[in-house]
Amino acid sequence: MIEFRSVRKQYDDGTVAVQELSLTVPVGTITVLVGPSGCGKTTLLRMVNRMIEPSSGAVLVDGDDVRDSEPAGLRRGIGYVIQQAGLFPHRTVRDNVATVPRLFGHSRRDARRRAEGLLERVGLPAELRKRYPVQLSGGQQQRVGVARALAADPPVLLMDEPFSAVDPVVREGLQDELLRLQGELGKTVLFVTHDIDEAVKLGENVAVLRQGGYLAQYAPPEQLLAEPADDFVTSFVGRDRGYRRLSFVASDGLVPGSVDTVRIGDTSADVPSRAEWVLVLDPHDRPRGWLPPGAPIHGQLTEDQLIAGGSLYTSGAPLRGALDAALSAPSGLGVVVDEDGVHLGVVTARQVLDILESRRHPAVAEGATQ
Amino acid sequence: MMEELLRYFASPSNREVLLEQLGQHVYLSLVPLVAGVLLALPLGRIAQRIGWLRAALLGGAGIVYTIPSLAVFVLLPSLLGTDFTSSLNVVIALTLYTTALLVRPVLDALEAVPAHVTVAATAMGYRPHRRFLAVELPLAIPALTSGVRVASVSNISLVSVGALVGTGGLGRLFMVGFERDLVQIPVGIVLTVLLALLVDLLLVLGCRLLTPWERAGRAVIAS
Ligand SMILES: Nc1ncnc2c1ncn2[C@@H]1O[C@H](COP(=O)(O)OP(=O)(O)OP(=O)(O)O)[C@@H](O)[C@H]1O
Ligand SMILES: [Mg+2]
Repeated sequence: MIEFRSVRKQYDDGTVAVQELSLTVPVGTITVLVGPSGCGKTTLLRMVNRMIEPSSGAVLVDGDDVRDSEPAGLRRGIGYVIQQAGLFPHRTVRDNVATVPRLFGHSRRDARRRAEGLLERVGLPAELRKRYPVQLSGGQQQRVGVARALAADPPVLLMDEPFSAVDPVVREGLQDELLRLQGELGKTVLFVTHDIDEAVKLGENVAVLRQGGYLAQYAPPEQLLAEPADDFVTSFVGRDRGYRRLSFVASDGLVPGSVDTVRIGDTSADVPSRAEWVLVLDPHDRPRGWLPPGAPIHGQLTEDQLIAGGSLYTSGAPLRGALDAALSAPSGLGVVVDEDGVHLGVVTARQVLDILESRRHPAVAEGATQ
Repeated sequence: MMEELLRYFASPSNREVLLEQLGQHVYLSLVPLVAGVLLALPLGRIAQRIGWLRAALLGGAGIVYTIPSLAVFVLLPSLLGTDFTSSLNVVIALTLYTTALLVRPVLDALEAVPAHVTVAATAMGYRPHRRFLAVELPLAIPALTSGVRVASVSNISLVSVGALVGTGGLGRLFMVGFERDLVQIPVGIVLTVLLALLVDLLLVLGCRLLTPWERAGRAVIAS
């Protein structure tokens, strides 16, 4: 557990970066600090490992005031990942990860063995171990940064915009990877970002900070989106918050409907009535694309005659995926699949909206279906 | 000319003297080089860490380097109480020059270490001294080497000046050459240049061996 008790930070030049702020980060969870540039996120984060000392107030880690620990020793027990990964350019990937075990006095061999285990854990291919950081992509460097922070198995992990320098696709992969790792490791993570989407995706709790180092709201993400505390939080979580909120809405009651299907390789004779969109599957029943109403088929059906499909909705996932699947499909029919990607049916945007509506007015909806 | 060279090298005593002077020259130029590096490193670090000392150190270094070498060679014995022809004078004078020459490159090299790398090192739990030795110093090697290369050439040529006040080294050949045996002058020049080139080559090779990551980086940029 990390506890900020009325911490305040005023820099020598008079800038007040953090204003009398209290916050408790529960054990074994990811807590995100989010806010615009300069609102004191990094300052707050660095108070935990004493890279910055608060002007007043105290920071406690597992009940102990960090001021009672010698800084270097304290830091070895707290993982830290920074934006550009901050890898040591003169050390191989493996030796970068072995840094903290070496500082703890482990032999080079033990430290390297531990490093290799961790690199495997964060999904870095084994052949990259002996490379230098310049020889890695940005995303790979971030993985190494995470492995290095975890190398001494610290209970607490501090992450300062660790994924902000990589492109959106890689970032999403890294986020998923972090969630997976966290599922295995259960660290107490304090994660800084200025991206509200990232905050909402990763955080079990999200602290929104406002310019000048004020805590605007501290809540689980679904509550943040549903009930922003004030105008600042409302504008910060953005215009799409209604849509984003669907990420937290369960899909109970969403029943996929059926749709006409054909398989790749079928001929025109096999294709049913052509007044509607037809979903095209591969031999394993996985969706490949759509045939528009009335489109002629010449000989056997091949991939190049299809219109690409929208996103796929995995049955049981939150409603956001279902709505997106429906909105992104050319047919307006969101394709529902199971975990293996096998087609189960389709949903429409109308179905999703009806479910939302029925949750808002349970009695009316029940009356309507009876 | 050729004949005179052959005659010069034919004499075993000439060869012996030549080797001795070459050895002297190496000693007189490289000992101060090593000493200068060892002094400039802490000074550069101090200049980096302590704001008000920075200007003083850089200014002082600039002044030292502009004092004419001959004047230093002549003045040092009276300042230190050393013998006028003692090689210690040359060693001390050149150590001063090397240090003065290297303070700036050391400082620049240390400041060129990316902030996110030093921040990460601190966050990993490095204490300042170990961080300096394990992270900042290795990363400063390439820039440092450039400075050391300049200083080595400078030292090797300055040692010759020492011969004017009677210390050893290849400069002796010039003195003897002027006085009686002209052929010794080209021999001295060629050997001095060769020595400078050899030392330079060794420095470049040493730097390469010490910084394998630099080559990896260049390959990435080239591809
Ligand atoms: N060493 C310092 N001296 C003076 N002011 C500082 C110092 N470090 C940070 N500040 C100021 O304190 C405020 C908070 O800085 P901080 O780095 O914590 O913000 P941040 O939320 O991490 O911003 P960003 O998203 O841009 O990283 C800013 O106004 C910044 O200019
Ligand atoms: Mg910051």
